[in-house]
Amino acid sequence: MESLFAIAIGILTAAAVYMFLARDLPRVLIGFIMLGTAVNMLILAAGRIGSIVPALVAGNESALTAAAANPLPQALILTAIVIGFGLAAFALMLIVKSQRILGTVMPEEMQEAEGDVAPQALPAPAPARRKDAA
Amino acid sequence: MMPSLILRTMAPLVFALSLPVSFFILIQGHNNPGGGFVGGLVAAAGVIFYALGRGRDAATDLLRVPPATLCGVGILLAVASGVPGLLGAGFLTHDWWAPAYGLGTALIFDTGVYLTVVGTASAIFLALIRS
Amino acid sequence: MQILLVAPLLIPLCTAALTAILWSRPDLQRPLGLAGAWLLLGSAVALLSAAWEHGPLVGQMGGWAAPYGITLVIDLFSAIMLVITGLMAVAVAIYAMGPGAVERDKAGFQPLFHSLILGVAGAFSTGDIFNLYVWFEVMLIASFGLLVLDRTREQIDGGLRYVALNLVGTLFFLMAVGLLYGLTGTLNLADIARVAPDIENQGALAAVGVLLLIAFGAKAAVFPIFNWLPAAYHTASMPVAAIFAALLTKVGVYAIIRVFTLIFAHDAAFFGPIVGVIAMATMVTGVLGAASHYDVRRILSFHIISQIGYMLVGVALMTPLAIAGSVLYVVHHIIVKANLFLIAGAMRQEGGSFALRRLGGLWAAKPILGLLFLVPALSLAGLPPLSGFWGKFAVIRAGLEAEAYVLAGVALAVGLLTLYSMIKIWNEAFWKMKPEAAKSIPWTRRERVATYAPILALAALTLTIGLWTEPFAALSLAAAEELLDRQGYIQAVLGSVQTAGLPGGAE
Repeated sequence: MESLFAIAIGILTAAAVYMFLARDLPRVLIGFIMLGTAVNMLILAAGRIGSIVPALVAGNESALTAAAANPLPQALILTAIVIGFGLAAFALMLIVKSQRILGTVMPEEMQEAEGDVAPQALPAPAPARRKDAA
Repeated sequence: MMPSLILRTMAPLVFALSLPVSFFILIQGHNNPGGGFVGGLVAAAGVIFYALGRGRDAATDLLRVPPATLCGVGILLAVASGVPGLLGAGFLTHDWWAPAYGLGTALIFDTGVYLTVVGTASAIFLALIRS
Repeated sequence: MQILLVAPLLIPLCTAALTAILWSRPDLQRPLGLAGAWLLLGSAVALLSAAWEHGPLVGQMGGWAAPYGITLVIDLFSAIMLVITGLMAVAVAIYAMGPGAVERDKAGFQPLFHSLILGVAGAFSTGDIFNLYVWFEVMLIASFGLLVLDRTREQIDGGLRYVALNLVGTLFFLMAVGLLYGLTGTLNLADIARVAPDIENQGALAAVGVLLLIAFGAKAAVFPIFNWLPAAYHTASMPVAAIFAALLTKVGVYAIIRVFTLIFAHDAAFFGPIVGVIAMATMVTGVLGAASHYDVRRILSFHIISQIGYMLVGVALMTPLAIAGSVLYVVHHIIVKANLFLIAGAMRQEGGSFALRRLGGLWAAKPILGLLFLVPALSLAGLPPLSGFWGKFAVIRAGLEAEAYVLAGVALAVGLLTLYSMIKIWNEAFWKMKPEAAKSIPWTRRERVATYAPILALAALTLTIGLWTEPFAALSLAAAEELLDRQGYIQAVLGSVQTAGLPGGAE
C-alpha cells in the first residue's frame, strides 16, 4: 500500500512540476493545487496507512477504540486543505484581476513592477489584449 | 449576459433551501460528520447560487451586511466561546450545558466558524464575479 | 498567567474582528486599530518581564497536556520578538494615519493589518510545528491582501510574483511537517527535540531539515530564493512596505533560529557550514543588488536581503555569542529597516518621488528629515555609536572566536558596501541640487505629524540601543543561552510526560 502511495505521490508531483513550467499563471495555479494534493497524501502516508475504520467515538464510549484509524493526519490534512483552498482562491482572484487590469496572464508580458527601468526602455505591455477585459 | 429565466426563478428557492440544510449540518456536527465549516460552505453555496442567478448586487443586498462583518462577528463568537476556559483549565477548554443535545460552548465556537466561512466564501466569490 | 500568555494572540484577533465588523465605517476603525496596537505592545512588555523572571512560560490550549494539544511557549527570544512586533504595530498604525489613510482604510487596511500582526505574534508564541505552519499561512494570506491593497497595475504584477514563490514555499513547509511527523510521531517542538537525537534514520531527519531550511529560507528571503522580495515590496503602499520589511522576513529568521537550535542542534556539524555559506551568499547578493538600483524602495528592499545574512550567522556558528549577536541584530534591524521605509515615504512627500534621479535638495529644504535619515542609515551600515555597530560587532567577533575568518571578513566588507548604498541615497536625494521637476506633495499638518512621530520615536530608540547597549546585550545573551539550553526548553514544556509514538516510528 505504501509503495502504491509513493507512486501516486510521485506522479502527482511530476504533473505539478510540469504545470509549474507553463507560461501562463492559471496553469501554474493548477500545478499548485496538484502539488498540494500530493503533499496531503504524503501526510496521510506519514501517519501510517493501516486501519480504515473511521476515527469516530461511538455514542456510548468515551475514547477511540484501538482499531480506529489515526485521526491526527486527517486533522492535519483537513487544515491543510482549508488553507490551500484559501490560498488558491486568493491566487485565482489575483489572476482574474491581472487579466482585467493588466490584460494578460502571461508573466513575461508583465513589466509593471520593474520600477525605474520600465518607463523608457520598454513598450507599453500588450495593449491588444486589453479589449476583451473591458 | 442575462442568466436564464429558470436560473433567476430558482435562485431564491435554492438559497432558501440551503439555509435549513446548513443549520442541520451545523447542529449535527457535534457527534456526527458535519460542523460549522461544512455548514458554512453549504450556506455560502446558496449565496453564490443566488449571485449567479440574480447578479452580484442582489446577493450583496441579500446579505444585508458586508461579508467582512460576518467574518468579524464569527471570529468574535469563536473567541468568546474560549474565554470561560481562560479562568479554568486553559483557553478554548469547552464546557457542556446539555451534552445529550450537543449544547455547550463548542456550539458557540462552531457557530462562529459557520459565520466566518459564510463571510469569507461569499466575499471571495462576490469579488470574482462581475456585477 | 494564562490570560497574559494568550493576550498577544487575542488582542490582534479581536482588533481584526472588530475592524472587520465596522467595514463600512473606516473612521471608527482607525482609533480601534491604534488602541489594539498599544494594547499588544503593553501585553508583550508584561510577557517579557514575566519571561525574564520566571523562565519559559508554557500554556496548554484547551487543557490538553503537552505533546497532544497545542502548546504556547514564550521564552525570552519569543518575548523579545513579541515586544518588537508590538512596537512596530504601534509605529505603523500611527504612520498609516498619514497621507492616503482614507483610501487605504476603505480598501480594508485595518482588518488585514491586524490579521498580519496576529499571524506574526502566533508564529512567535507557538510551541508546535504544525501550528507554526498555520500561523505562517495566516500571515501569508493577510500579506497577500495588504500587498495589492490599492489594486494598481504594478501592485498586481508585484503581487503575482510574491504569491507564486510563497505558494511553493508553503508546500515545502507542509511537506517537511508531514515527514517530520512520520519520523518522530509528534508535532510538539519540544517533543520532537526530545526524540530527534535518538532517531535511527538520521539521514532522513537531515533531509527534513534541508526542506525546512528551504521553506523558512523562502520566507526569510535568503540566497538563492530571495527574488520575490525586491519584485514585490516596492509596489506596496508605504505603511504596508514598512511592516513587511520589519516583520515578514524576520518570522522566517525566527523559525530558522528556533528550529535549528532546538531540533537539529545535535546535527550542527552538518547544518552549520550550509547555513554559513547561505548567510555569506545572502549578504553579498543583497548588497550588490542594492548597489545597482536607483529607486529608494528597491535599494532598501535589497538591503533587507543582505541583512538577513547577518542574522543567520548565529545558526551557522551555534555559539552563545553568535546567537546573541543574531538576536540583537534582528531587534536592531527591525527598528532600523522599518524606520528607513517610513522615511522613504516622508521623502516622497517632501521630494515628490521615490526615484533618486528625480529627488534632490532635501537637505536644504528639510534638514530635520536629513538628520532623521542619517540615524537609521548609518546604523544599518554599522557605524558606532549606533545600534547596528553592536549587532555587527557581536556577529563578527563571534565569527573570529569561532575561527570563521571568511564569514567575518565577508560581514565586514558587506558593511562597507552598505555604507556605499546609504551614501548614494544621501548624495542623490539630500545633497544634490534640486531637479527642476521635483515638487513636494501637499499634505495636511495632521498627516505630517502622523508621519514624523513614528520616525522620530524609532530614531530615538536606535540611538538608545546604540548608546546604552548594556541591558539590550544582556537580554540578548540571556535569550541566546536559553535557546542553547534545549533540555531546559523540553523540561519546561513536557515535564515528565512521555509520548505514544507511531508504529514503526521512533519508539
